[in-house]
Amino acid sequence: MAKSLFEKAIDWGRRKSPWIIHFNAGACNGCDIEVVDAITPRFDVERFGLMLKGTPRHADVLVCTGAVTLQTRDRLKRIYEQMPDPKFVIAVGTCACSGGIFDGCYCVAGGIDAVIPVNVYVPGCAARPEAIIDAVVKLLTALENMQKGTPAAPVDDNVADVSALEEIENAVTEASAAAVHSDNQPADSATTGSQGGEE
Amino acid sequence: MAKNVVIPIGPQHPSLKEPACFTITLEGEKVVNAVVGTGYNHRGLEKACEARSYLQDIYIIERVCGICSHIHSTTFCQSVEELAGVEIPRRAAYIRTLMAELERLHSHLLWLGIAGHEVGFDTLLMYSWRDRELVLDILAMLGGNRVNYGINTLGGVRRDVTPEQIEKIRKVVDIVEERNKYYVQLALSETTLAARLGGIGKLSHDDAIKFGAVGPVSRAAEVADDIRVTDPYSAYDEVPVTAITDNHADVFGRTVVRVLEIMESVKMIRFCLDNLPDGDIAVKVPRKIPEGEAFVRTEAPRGEDAHYVRSNGTDKPDRVRVRAASEANWHGMKHMLEGDYLADVPIIIAAIDPCYSCTDRAIVLDNHDTGKQSVIDWRTLREYSINWYKARGIDTGKIKIADSHLIF
Repeated sequence: MAKSLFEKAIDWGRRKSPWIIHFNAGACNGCDIEVVDAITPRFDVERFGLMLKGTPRHADVLVCTGAVTLQTRDRLKRIYEQMPDPKFVIAVGTCACSGGIFDGCYCVAGGIDAVIPVNVYVPGCAARPEAIIDAVVKLLTALENMQKGTPAAPVDDNVADVSALEEIENAVTEASAAAVHSDNQPADSATTGSQGGEE
Repeated sequence: MAKNVVIPIGPQHPSLKEPACFTITLEGEKVVNAVVGTGYNHRGLEKACEARSYLQDIYIIERVCGICSHIHSTTFCQSVEELAGVEIPRRAAYIRTLMAELERLHSHLLWLGIAGHEVGFDTLLMYSWRDRELVLDILAMLGGNRVNYGINTLGGVRRDVTPEQIEKIRKVVDIVEERNKYYVQLALSETTLAARLGGIGKLSHDDAIKFGAVGPVSRAAEVADDIRVTDPYSAYDEVPVTAITDNHADVFGRTVVRVLEIMESVKMIRFCLDNLPDGDIAVKVPRKIPEGEAFVRTEAPRGEDAHYVRSNGTDKPDRVRVRAASEANWHGMKHMLEGDYLADVPIIIAAIDPCYSCTDRAIVLDNHDTGKQSVIDWRTLREYSINWYKARGIDTGKIKIADSHLIF
């Protein structure tokens, strides 16, 4: 059955502006900082329409880090239940995927999938921002396929490819060095200034 | 008589990225009582260490905290080396010092951004985190990973520093110094920031000692307490260290201490690179550690980090205890919050640079008031605080960034 214009508009909105909420279920802070890193100028995941939100009731995607501790287990469940459908979960970091090195500790329940269903797993200790961006893009692609009715690519076995990034990083470092040492260089990146809106 | 309102904040709040629950009692707009509830991040690290060998423990200890990971593994390695009676090569000590100072750079830049965000100065968040990326690149180059570098091992370090890497570090350090000069200027002369940060979260010299505050929190209250100076470890006996202190004893003072410490770290990194001794980077440490106990203190970016290790003659520790810096700073939090306005709460909490994953070693049970409560999340509180100050003419969003700083 063909979708109405209204339904198409909603689909478009879901695809183009997924709002995310971040929850630390018991991480060491490494992945959390990398999640925030992903929204800062170098990685700028907001270009995919993403926005970090403060309340689960406004969010479409739950970004979870860390192995689930007994203290946060019920809270994680509650946050997931408060999110409106359709909802997606990205588990960021090895601990979130499987419990990592904390698996088997006396107050760790396991990975995120021990408590709530997970759509995308991002391994890494800590998961690099590039891997997080890759996970987001794969989730959005899968969502688009789902909306089109084409068979969705399995989203739960994504292994982010983070190779060949060193060259880019080196290039950026060189460029910044050049920028600082030549005072007359024009401000070519005005975008960094306008990023300071809502996180 | 004004009716007291109890406001629980958290545990999920987007700004601090970590779970914690604050129960704040208000009288009008003034905070009369504050209860800090942590424990959401307790993973049982210390017990996990007891079940693994010393070498495996380094991997776990490094994950106590994802921000000051290097200093935790340094402290643990030092404890074990002390037990084994091993002296690490000078080159290894210098590399450890180099990594520790680079870590301080990235941690303080991170804090600067978070503080900017809390007061509604998001541009600062974006700028300082952009600069921090350069430091992370260097850390990744030296250790192989952006967050947990894994460079420490028992008896020294696992990776050497090559001359090409030294050149790269120099380049980045020059950039960071240049950028940080601007942050120093901003912190010292920007009237909006001074109006927003000055006079709140007071912790006087005597109180800082009484509550056992550490790191920038105590140094901002003129307590010259810096383990790098008072009890040198790694290569700090040779590297010139100046303990930065300030007499403001408030959030403004903590900001000043941190931005000036970045300048100090830059100097120390340059010294390490200039005076890097030749030689081996590690010595062999026996698998079984002789019986005994060791207590080692180091200076993490957030303050004093202390590890206690007790061995029983096997290849596994008998007891490991971690006292991270944030854990010490929580004790003064109630005192810092009391008497201030609700609008100041986010930045006061952020100003101790809290790190829950470090802190949550013990489970603390709190008696929550059963009376009438209203719930506020961190984000709402942050917005409330920004608007509260805007209404009083203090708008950090209007701070003009110098043109020279727009260059990337």
